[in-house]
Amino acid sequence: MFDFLEGYDLLGAFWVTVQLTFWSALGSLLWGTLLAAMRVGPVPLMRGFASAYVGIVRNIPLTVIIVFTSLGLFQTLGISLGADRFTTINFRLAVLGLTAYTSAFVCEALRSGINTVPLGQVEAARALGLSFPQTLRLIVLPQAFRSVVGPLANVLIALTKNTTVAAAIGVAEAALLMREMIENEAQLILISAIFAFGFLCLTLPTGLLLGRLARKAAVKR
Amino acid sequence: MNPLRTTRALVASATAVVLALGSASLARAAVPADHSDDGRITIGIKFDQPGIGLKTPDGTYTGFDVDVATYVAKQLGHDPSDIVWKEAKSADREAMLQRGDVDFIAASYSINDERAKKVDFAGPYLLAHQDVLIRADDESIKKPSDLNDKKLCSVTGSTSAQNVKEKIAPDAQLQEYGGYSECLTGLENGVIDALTTDDSILAGYAAQDEFKGEFKLGGFELSNENYGIGVQKGSDLKDRINTALEKMVADGSWQAAVDKNFGPAGYRNEPAPKIGVVVE
Repeated sequence: MFDFLEGYDLLGAFWVTVQLTFWSALGSLLWGTLLAAMRVGPVPLMRGFASAYVGIVRNIPLTVIIVFTSLGLFQTLGISLGADRFTTINFRLAVLGLTAYTSAFVCEALRSGINTVPLGQVEAARALGLSFPQTLRLIVLPQAFRSVVGPLANVLIALTKNTTVAAAIGVAEAALLMREMIENEAQLILISAIFAFGFLCLTLPTGLLLGRLARKAAVKR
Repeated sequence: MNPLRTTRALVASATAVVLALGSASLARAAVPADHSDDGRITIGIKFDQPGIGLKTPDGTYTGFDVDVATYVAKQLGHDPSDIVWKEAKSADREAMLQRGDVDFIAASYSINDERAKKVDFAGPYLLAHQDVLIRADDESIKKPSDLNDKKLCSVTGSTSAQNVKEKIAPDAQLQEYGGYSECLTGLENGVIDALTTDDSILAGYAAQDEFKGEFKLGGFELSNENYGIGVQKGSDLKDRINTALEKMVADGSWQAAVDKNFGPAGYRNEPAPKIGVVVE
């Protein structure tokens, strides 16, 4: 029943999916944290920028963003992110697009975490003479992160599945191999099921692990 | 009237209605899709390939597959006004035939062994080849081996894209996009050197008004694609469609359809294929 799998590099394709997820997760964690800091910060211009960014980016379909990185940034503006072959360029563009999109969600998750930190803590930090960056870094963010492990796990799982959109600009990840196999084998349902199972193998353990971590890390109030 | 009796009567009639509806839908489901008795025929085509099968903004359909399908339907006893066109995307084609959603499919449907296990093919009615579309002023691509240091583009996961990676130009850079139009954008602004897929599809794009004179075909025969008309496995339509196709070639309508749809791009078509002969 599964002999048609021969000759396809399933593991290789899913490995690209994992790499896409990893780099985009890293990127969006950093950029999302910065955005959240801007949104709660004292500078009106930064607050305005961050809320506009989140409002706009999370409401654009991901496919549009990913295709724009290729047609707009690369083809039209010539931004190749320091690579010279399509495979590397497309991979980096996809990471850029996924990061830009996912950070909006990371920012919002983190902001809700910041709201769980009692106001008294910030006032106490101020009374001790800590500046805004110090308050954020030493008092607020450590507690905020601990309370949003669960929501961030959701974002990570969504990101894992969203990497399939990168096939639209030709990144050789799982969804692209799936299209090749469907084209060759005329086994639509079986092949889709195999790839759905592959994604379960990636996301279920992520959800379980991070769920456990969320319970451990949460600040008991 | 006794309220209890009223309720009972209501329940009874409701049950009867439900049962009647249920058996009616069961009866409908049990009959295989046969659209011929009401004079209508459902045909699967591509909606997004100029020259092959294209749904125009005003709701009409144009292309070679559309002309062939219309001719075949006519021979099967259906006027063009009785045809219901359905979009048959590449990945859905076998399932659509197996479910009986369509009577037959003419949608740049290449005959291959895997597909022939699931559906029957009438035809072939066109022998296409994988080819490249290049900028009209590009003189650096003269033979297939010139492609190896070029930047090629095709549709994600398509047979043409896989051919490039495995056989035609393994050293070439291949950009895969969701549709041909993204590739054409790249070809226009020079990021991509050649768009590759079946020459019939390429000719259809090059013949579009907005691209007139901008692109040309390479004229390479990189593969053989035998377009067939897909029907349900074991369907008697296969023989009737074959007869219709033979007639279409014999009376000159076939050549007229080729000239009309592919002509402007300087596409050199193969002679009409013999029914049942698949060129490997």
